[in-house]
Amino acid sequence: MNGLHFWIAVIVLGFLGTPILGLFFKWIDRFVTARIQWRKGPPFYQTYADVLKLLGKETVVSERSSVGMFLFAPVLGFVGVSVAAAMLWAVAIDPEASFAGDLIVVVYFLVFPSLALILGASASGSPHAGLGASREMKMVIAYELPFILALVPPILNAGGTFKLSQILSAQSEGVLLWSGSGFLAFLCALAVMQAKLGVVPFDQAEAETELMGGVIVAYSGPPLALIYLMKAMLLFVLPMFVITVFWGGVHLGGWGLLSTAVKFVVLLVVIVLMRNTNPRLRIDQTMKFFWFFVTPLAIAACVVSLYAH
Amino acid sequence: MTHKTLIPIGPYHPLQEEAEFFQLYVEGETVVDMDLRLSYNHRGIEGISETLTWDQVPYLVERVCGICSASHPLAYVQAVEELAGVEVPERALYLRTVVNELERIHSHLLWFGLAGHFIGYNTVFMWAWRYREPVLDALEIVTGSRVNYANHTVGGARRDLDEEMVRAIRKCLDEIDKPVDMLTTTALEDPILALRLKGVGVLTEEDARRFSALGPTARASNVPIDVRRDDPYAAYDRIEWEVQTTPNGDVFDKVVVRLLELRESMKIIRQALDDMPGGPIQADVKEVPAGEGIGHVEAPRGETFHYVRSNGGPCPERHKIRAPTYNNIPTYKVTCIGQSVADVTITLAAIDPCYSCTERMAVVRDASSGKYLMNFADLVRLSQRKTEELRKKC
Repeated sequence: MNGLHFWIAVIVLGFLGTPILGLFFKWIDRFVTARIQWRKGPPFYQTYADVLKLLGKETVVSERSSVGMFLFAPVLGFVGVSVAAAMLWAVAIDPEASFAGDLIVVVYFLVFPSLALILGASASGSPHAGLGASREMKMVIAYELPFILALVPPILNAGGTFKLSQILSAQSEGVLLWSGSGFLAFLCALAVMQAKLGVVPFDQAEAETELMGGVIVAYSGPPLALIYLMKAMLLFVLPMFVITVFWGGVHLGGWGLLSTAVKFVVLLVVIVLMRNTNPRLRIDQTMKFFWFFVTPLAIAACVVSLYAH
Repeated sequence: MTHKTLIPIGPYHPLQEEAEFFQLYVEGETVVDMDLRLSYNHRGIEGISETLTWDQVPYLVERVCGICSASHPLAYVQAVEELAGVEVPERALYLRTVVNELERIHSHLLWFGLAGHFIGYNTVFMWAWRYREPVLDALEIVTGSRVNYANHTVGGARRDLDEEMVRAIRKCLDEIDKPVDMLTTTALEDPILALRLKGVGVLTEEDARRFSALGPTARASNVPIDVRRDDPYAAYDRIEWEVQTTPNGDVFDKVVVRLLELRESMKIIRQALDDMPGGPIQADVKEVPAGEGIGHVEAPRGETFHYVRSNGGPCPERHKIRAPTYNNIPTYKVTCIGQSVADVTITLAAIDPCYSCTERMAVVRDASSGKYLMNFADLVRLSQRKTEELRKKC
């Protein structure tokens, strides 16, 4: 594939394919959840219709909000996820596109959604959003450390490189997930994934029955559609990231496509099951969970991995 | 940190289906004080009641609460029966017991589901409501309606049970037997539920007595009060059952006590169906003499109390209703202050509140002269003026 075609493909997949796939994943999530709860569930186009409907609605901005930041935040979050997605797609299509340190850049862009929600909510001037923003901040503080620690085994496995393509090629003989340290780190990554998605049991920042939506309570119309899209894309991008780093990567041709689909389904099932068999934790309990349970687990994974290499 | 934030819950909030307003004063995540405002929903039921005949009132008071729609009419008809000295036939007493216990089952299942929803556990919400469905079906078969049963009349019951209805009730009980066990096990054994609910919103036994809490709210704090046992009505004194209490008074115990009561209710219904005597279901009531009467019934949320006064005419001269939530609301301050915002929402819901049943009317009076400062016409004028101002702004 020559240079220009490649980048066009990456941008189309990153900015267009990811939202479409993300919304599809969101539908699967909603549908399976409905079935678990003895409901019928929405038709497959419901998530797309939701976005279209929101795009056509009025954007209401509170007089108390600082308008610029309030409206810029959803764009920031959306772009952050899109760029992270585009980079993962690039590596999936052509490992040559990987550059030194792209793992760090992806991790960096994956913080954007939380950051955007915090910024937007703080700018909205609503007390509910303010409390939601403070909770989201605490969440970021709680889960970022174990997340980074969980990435140490893949990095060591690839010989101490931050390059996604090398992390992938190091897994060509054996997937990292089936090694001891890899499995521990994978478990930590699953917990962090749930928190980054902001779904039960880690949906304190939104908590509709406590904060009426918390960080997103003040949004309406197109900005809300962007946030909705951003969350749906995360539902695709985070599993893709986890698969790339721990589970042999995404393949787009032949049997590889099938195995990739199976991997996505497994991760999605884990997310949906976790979210339907747990109540929402309190924010202090979440922080304790990540600091005193997930972080030690991630450290253990690092230690095991250090001994192995 | 001394910076206080105001977090409003209400007047319209996804937490509860009714209009109510809690102003939480929050430091960080901790609630340090709260204000409570009710009366968004005054419906003037006591006033309407005084314009209806004795026979019509039960159909009005069952609309006090969509969920306690067997308890309020029963309390009312008991008040009238006491006033008129009516001897209710034995079979009618058993019929009343059956309908009221079915109501308790559906109400407790409804609350259990909602409690799950409030802490983000929507699977519990949907499952509990699904298992509540057969109970509503049974109520429909027995009384003709899923919500407003219209089954209690002064002097007896409106509808008799035939063989088929008895079979339907038994089938419903068998159907929910296992699910109720499953829900109970889930609630007792789920470690994360325990993490969220244990030690949250504790109402001590002392406070429960001090605020005269009622129903499951009091029984969860180890105060064994239950009108069904303390002043038996219907057929409760002819049936073997136990008052359920739990010792700790936290939200977890309020869940458990309700689940235990579900079992007890099922036991009561089964016995009532087994022991039900034959005979008429309606006593002949000719007139209601002048005098006063009271009736109280253990509604799913606690004791509901009705007072009626008659001057010998066709309508009640005065009809006073006190729903159980009225007594349970004052416990909010002691249970909520010091909790985090996340815990306050479930603590508020744990008394299974019914705000519109509780509504009182407020009158603004001059303290010295006792004159009304604002009457209905003034309020209408005020409202019109405000609307006019708003219109000008737009």
